[in-house]
This record gives sequence, structure tokens and C-alpha cells, in this order.
Amino acid sequence: MNEIMTKAWYTLISLFVITNYGLLLGGTMARVRAKVQGRIGQPVWQPYIDILKNNFKRTGIYHGVMFYLGPVFRLAGGLGTYLFIPAVYGSLVFSNFSFSGDLLLVMYFIFFGQLGMALGAGQSGHPYSPLGVSRGLAQMTAFEVPFALSVIAIASQYQTLSITEIVAAQQGGILNWVAFTNPLAMVAGMISFLGMSMGNPFSVVIAPQEIPIGPPTEMQSSFLGMLQTNRAIFNGAKLVLFMNLYFGGATNIGVMVIKTFLIYLYTVIVDASFPRFRTDQSIRFFLGIPALIGIAAVVLQML
Amino acid sequence: MKESNMDGLQTTATETEQQLEDMAKEMRLANDGLMEQDKGYFCDVRPHRVEPYKGIMESFANWARSQSLWILGFGTGCGAIELRPLMTSRFDMYRYGIQARPTPRQSCVFIIGGYASVKTLKRIVRSYEQMQGPKFVLGLGSCTVNGGMYWDSYNTINRIDQYIPVDVYIAGCMPRPEALLGGFIKLKQMIREGKCEGMNKYIDDFDWYKANQKQIIHDWNMPDYNW
Repeated sequence: MNEIMTKAWYTLISLFVITNYGLLLGGTMARVRAKVQGRIGQPVWQPYIDILKNNFKRTGIYHGVMFYLGPVFRLAGGLGTYLFIPAVYGSLVFSNFSFSGDLLLVMYFIFFGQLGMALGAGQSGHPYSPLGVSRGLAQMTAFEVPFALSVIAIASQYQTLSITEIVAAQQGGILNWVAFTNPLAMVAGMISFLGMSMGNPFSVVIAPQEIPIGPPTEMQSSFLGMLQTNRAIFNGAKLVLFMNLYFGGATNIGVMVIKTFLIYLYTVIVDASFPRFRTDQSIRFFLGIPALIGIAAVVLQML
Repeated sequence: MKESNMDGLQTTATETEQQLEDMAKEMRLANDGLMEQDKGYFCDVRPHRVEPYKGIMESFANWARSQSLWILGFGTGCGAIELRPLMTSRFDMYRYGIQARPTPRQSCVFIIGGYASVKTLKRIVRSYEQMQGPKFVLGLGSCTVNGGMYWDSYNTINRIDQYIPVDVYIAGCMPRPEALLGGFIKLKQMIREGKCEGMNKYIDDFDWYKANQKQIIHDWNMPDYNW
């Protein structure tokens, strides 16, 4: 019983840290984007105030049970993704619920939130919501191809589906990282990460101008507050996952912060430098060269 | 004695039920503008007042509201042209926690950018009602105050505050982006002081606002309150 309570406390601490880290990282990157555009930008703590403001809204419109459950599913997707990834290798507090097959579960959870959101957004009845959802799911299906191939390559390289074991195998120096032992898998994975983080050139899903913001069009007040909280957690979880898969994981919080910050910075640099693909263009892109790189990575492992 | 009491009670109960039914009927919106087969799709409940929290809780909420102002991205008149420089590097409104949102559901500040034609007024009313409270309105330019150069136009309204409650006016034709930022700072100050209760004012004087709106908008083919 004591063990369960201790684990529960550790989980709460871990969630608290990743939520705050995700929010601060979001605020910092908004400032980085502003610098690129020659602006000063919003305060770093702006995401906190936005969430507070949304939760303090006095009214909220709901459209039925699924509309309530949509953001809940999304949050469950974010939490699920994070809670099965070991955030810091070897740490009791931040190892979360990592187990032998967690890689498959995490890949499922990345998809799960979007599916839940599709149900919720569908019930809102707003025509732009399903439009955004269908764009999101189409793009997601496309970038899952290079990502899945990359994961297959890594899994066959280390003969395991456990993220902890993959991280353990990369310890002992920078040259042990997957980025160096299996560079093709890393390239395929990092390109699909661009699609996953939905920045330019793959930002048409949440297209802020042309279709008013896609899936969460009808989400407001505390529904939106919940989605924003989830965005922070989900972002943190994805960054930690990619750090674990390709860049040797982290043995303490400091290393985790530096590595995840740099991975996020990479997506922001791409985001700030490129114009936007249409959905069909991004699907063609992911199924083209990145998928081929992924196949090459798998074939090289099988040889 | 007993029987007459029972009768009396029964009569009173029926009367009360009747009164309650009448009250409920009065509380419903007529939605006269909608066709009979469309009425089922729309809500006919009157909007109700939501009281602010008390004390430090409301002060804190108001602080958060004032620091995170999301503008509805709907340029209602020529004044909307002044919003673009606000977003870019010269004036950079993001510094003040101001952002643009493309949907009324998520935004809390509505900028009436100059003249409002009758056709636009209909959309202004729809958008304003779809915004979730507390919501604030900025009247940008002289046209929103008294009609400005359009004061005798056949197709524009003169005073926007007869149709929706306005919190801050920014006079001028056109006001520069600095003036708009000044208006935002004034709005922030008013929100923090708890003076921006426009939504509750709209609900309290709902019938007056509706009468004014319907006087101007003749092709009223939407519900009386856009949920």
C-alpha cells in the first residue's frame, strides 16, 4: 500500500513539473518566434494567465455529452502519453509507469487524443471543426508512417519495445545515441516530429486564419482551458519521447531541460523559416522521402 | 370547513401553476424571425445575469482577464486597418497580453472598427452574443460615438451603444494605433477596477437592446439571442 502511495505522489510531482515546464517552454518559444519577427513578444508566463482567464469565464456553451468528453479524452491522451514515458532515466520520481511494452502504448496514446477530440468537435456541429479534424487525422496518418518505420528500426536495433531499455542502451557517451548509431531512423523520426508539433510547414491543421482554428473552434471557457493545459503536457511528453528515442535520454532534470529545449528550438526554427503546405502536399511529403528514409533505416537493421 | 379549505388550497395551487406557466412563457424568447420548422434548432431561453465573485477572488479573476485580452478578428469597418500594425513589430500588442482569435467563442474583446452599416450590425449582434462572458467592447473611431462623417447616412447607425454595451470609446478619424493601445490600457484599468460589466448590463436591459436592434434590422431571420 505504501508503495502505491509513494508512486502516486511521484506521479503527481512528475505531472506538476512537466505541466509547468510545458507552459514555460510554450511561453519562451512564443518569445523566440517574436524575436524572429522583430517583436518583443508576450511575457513568458502568458500561457498561465490565458488558462486562468479561460477558467474564470462566467459562461460556457456546451453541445452534449461528447462535447464535454472531447477535451477530457484529449487530456487523457496527453497524460497517457507522458505517464508511460520515463522522463529522467534512473530517477525514481520521473520514471513514471514505464514498462516493457510502453513504446507501442505511447504511439497509440499520441493518436488517441486526436480521436477523442474528433468526437467532441463533431458534436459541436460547427462545420469547421470536422474539417480541421479530418485535416489533422489525415496529416497524422501520413507522419505516422516515417515515425513508425523509425521506431521499428530502433526496436529491431535494440531488440526491445521498452523505452527505458532503449535509453539504457544509449548510455555511456554521445556516440551511443541513436542519432549516431542509427542516423537514418533519427532523420525519419525528426522529420515526422515536425508534423507532430504542427508548426510550419505542417500548420494547416490548426490554421489560425483560413479556417478559424480547426478542431477547437467551438471550444471555449474552461473547455479551452483544459485543452491549453493538455497542450503543455502533450508537448512536454512528445519532447521527452523524442529525447529518449534518439538523443540518449536524460540522467537528470538539467540534461532533460537542455535537450528538450533544443529539440523544441529545432521545430521552432523550421516553423519560422518555412511557408505552409496544404494538407495534400504534406501527406505527399511524408509519404515520400521521409518514408523512404524510414524504410532504408529498417532495411539496414534487417540486413 | 375541511372541504372548503381543500378547495381553497386546490384553487391556489392551480393559480400558482398557471402563474408559473405564464412566467415561464414570458421568460421564453419569441424567436419570431425564424420559420416554424427552424425554431426547434435554436434555443429560446433568455440569457441570465451571472453575478461576479466577491472580494479577492473577483479581483484576481479581473487581473487575469485584464492581462489576457483576446480580440475577435472581425473588422467591422475601415478602422480594422489600424489593427494590423498593432500586431506587427512596430506596435507589438502581444507585449500587453493582447492576441487575435478567429472565433467569437474564444474571444473577449470586440473592437467595433468604425462605421457599422445595417448589414454589419446584424453580424455584430450575432458575434457579440456568441462571445462568452465577461466580454468587452471597444468603440474605435468617431463613427461609433455619433456616426462621425456618416451621421446622416441612410445605411449606417450612429451610436453603437444603443445596440450593444460599449466599455471604452477611442475618438478620432482614424485614431492612430497608439490611441488604440491607449484605449486597451484604459480598458485593462477598468477591468481591474471591476467596472466592465457590459454583459450583465446587456442582459438587464435585454428588451431595450432588442427593440433598438429590431428597429434597425428589418430582415431579422435569426433567433432573438444567439447562443
